[in-house]
Amino acid sequence: MDPQIIIARRVARELHSGDLVNLGIGIPTLVANYVPADLKVFFQSENGLIGTGPIPEQGMAHPLLTDAGGRPISALPGAATFDSAMSFGLIRGGHVDVTVLGGLQVDADGHLANWMIPGKMVPGMGGAMDLVSGARRVIVAMQHAAKGKSKIVAKCSLPLTSTRPVDLVVTDLAVIGFAGGKATLMETAPGVSVAEVMAVTEADLTIPGTVPEMKL
Amino acid sequence: MNPVSVEEAVAMIPSGASIMVGGFMGVGTPERLLDEVVRQQKTGLTLISNDAATPGKGVGKLFDAALVSRLTATHIGLNPKAQQQMLANQITVDLIPQGTFVERIRAGGCGLGGVLTPTGVGTLVADGKRLIEVDGKSFLLETALRAQFALVHAFLADYLGNLTYALTARNFNPVMAMAAETVIVTAEHIVPVGVIAPDHVVTPAPLVDYLIANG
Repeated sequence: MDPQIIIARRVARELHSGDLVNLGIGIPTLVANYVPADLKVFFQSENGLIGTGPIPEQGMAHPLLTDAGGRPISALPGAATFDSAMSFGLIRGGHVDVTVLGGLQVDADGHLANWMIPGKMVPGMGGAMDLVSGARRVIVAMQHAAKGKSKIVAKCSLPLTSTRPVDLVVTDLAVIGFAGGKATLMETAPGVSVAEVMAVTEADLTIPGTVPEMKL
Repeated sequence: MNPVSVEEAVAMIPSGASIMVGGFMGVGTPERLLDEVVRQQKTGLTLISNDAATPGKGVGKLFDAALVSRLTATHIGLNPKAQQQMLANQITVDLIPQGTFVERIRAGGCGLGGVLTPTGVGTLVADGKRLIEVDGKSFLLETALRAQFALVHAFLADYLGNLTYALTARNFNPVMAMAAETVIVTAEHIVPVGVIAPDHVVTPAPLVDYLIANG
């Protein structure tokens, strides 16, 4: 299975009926494709919409209805639109149940860095800092390693997005939790051994007696 | 509210002015005003806008024409020209979290000195800012943000200047319409007074200084 699809499918299992969920760009956006139809999840787009729907069919796009990347989307029945003060009030105020973001690094303490590489990539943090500070649950969806280097590091070398630790990291190889403040290997991806995860993880992981395989 | 032509409106903006421009990745942006700013070559602008859009779209046009000298924004990653100008030190860029950006503008428009936010505590964003404890929690003091001009795009404007917005084109427009000395508005449709029901007015007419007439 494509690594991104493994991640998206596993993250989708973390969502519950009634949740207000914000999906970041990249892999997190794919999560919406794997939410069962009977699960009534509200997706927020931080540019001012709750109830985002799929990409409109050819010829049905509206120029004033877009996602946070400026791409056309649709709105589901029951959708609501609002200004950016309301949108970030929802985010900072703890009204968003789950935020799913991409990451550059997550460290052993659960700290996330995902908004800049000094001297190289300085796009700005957009809504990421508010989302990590304010959402009830923070899930990072990212590849376990990039160019052979672990993205699960001992300590973030890149500027932090927030000092608030994330709750869960889902990669193409593993699910890592941070309950109790320690990075713990919760699950491995299908066909991946604990040893294989350890080999590409820079951070020290707590390994429980049994580590189940991810259900997708 | 005074109806004016787009040429007259932009002629009021001097080079070097501070302008807030509504829109999110070019959606809900007053394109006609920006086209005219480019045509009249207003240089050295201080731009306050969520993002830098993309080249050729929204505020991206101001970077195409190299009219911006200072930028306060939350994300410019989708405009390579703005990135290049920042890395070449042609523009001074202040990148701030989006929730902080909108609250600073809201504070500016609502007579507040600033806001206390947990966002950015312990990160690079906190550099040089006051940390204030309230009930045992740490917050950053983020000061109010205002501009000389707000360039706003509405969906409906009535003859008095009452405004409504559409879908995700609302974004920063209503907040910016409160935070500038002079508020200039373009609308998709100009409609008779009464078409917008009182309950549906988002920006009340007295906030609007100039409405761009249909050309």
